[in-house]
Amino acid sequence: MSNALKVELGRRYRFSASHRLHSPHLSAEENCRVFGKCNNPFGHGHNYVLEVSMSGDVDPATGMIANLADLDTFVERQVLEEFDHKSLNEDVSAFREKVPTTENLCMEIFQRLKSFPKAKLERIRVQETANNSFEYAGDNVEGKQR
Amino acid sequence: MILLTRKIEFAASHVYHNPNLSAEENRRIFGKCNNPHGHGHNYTLEVTVEGQPDPVTGMVLDLKELKEILEREIMQRMDHRHLNYEVAELAGQIPTCENIARIIWQLLEPKITQGRLHHVRLYESPDLFADCYRNGASAAGKP
Repeated sequence: MSNALKVELGRRYRFSASHRLHSPHLSAEENCRVFGKCNNPFGHGHNYVLEVSMSGDVDPATGMIANLADLDTFVERQVLEEFDHKSLNEDVSAFREKVPTTENLCMEIFQRLKSFPKAKLERIRVQETANNSFEYAGDNVEGKQR
Repeated sequence: MILLTRKIEFAASHVYHNPNLSAEENRRIFGKCNNPHGHGHNYTLEVTVEGQPDPVTGMVLDLKELKEILEREIMQRMDHRHLNYEVAELAGQIPTCENIARIIWQLLEPKITQGRLHHVRLYESPDLFADCYRNGASAAGKP
């Protein structure tokens, strides 16, 4: 029966960061039209919530898919240290080229977390505000929307 | 297909300790969860059932019936209990979120006969939870 079941460990983290949505490939008018107030030259910020889902076998000795202390340390090092209380545009090299939308943020964070050695990264969800969130499960996995 | 979710909360205590490991290993692996006198949480359980609405009642299953199943199988077994000592299904297992979620799936799955159990999510705290679902399904899209 257990083989027919999949168990995932979910963990939420929080970080606060600023960003500005602006594309150098668009004119000032187009940037303003496409990104609206998110194009404000001085940027703005959000309290992001990052949800990480890991799968794997539950170790009978510990009852765990992964030790939370290991996961917390990994996420802290790979993401939170570089993102929390930072400007995504200025402080995260990936966003010097790409617009720091939450879609792109999801893909960047997934890349940073997929090498976790003790469990398989299934997907992440980034909540930008209480009213919008984005999920990414990697490009080789067909995300099944409920 | 319709997915129907009901949420319940229960409060329980537990301790993480593996008798096959040394005291030092237990402390190293489980940290403060290894406190011998245990500790507790307010657990939140979300149970999702899949199915087609009955053409007569418009229901996948009667919510009253789901409520009764959850009361009988989960609340009476786990609410205001010590998970290590009072829940037979968890005997000999570390009562982590992963293990409790799996036990809850195994308890509920045969009892839900209208529709079919689709997904169980158990929160130990707002920032820590476990998902359990049938292999091949997905826990995606659940805020």
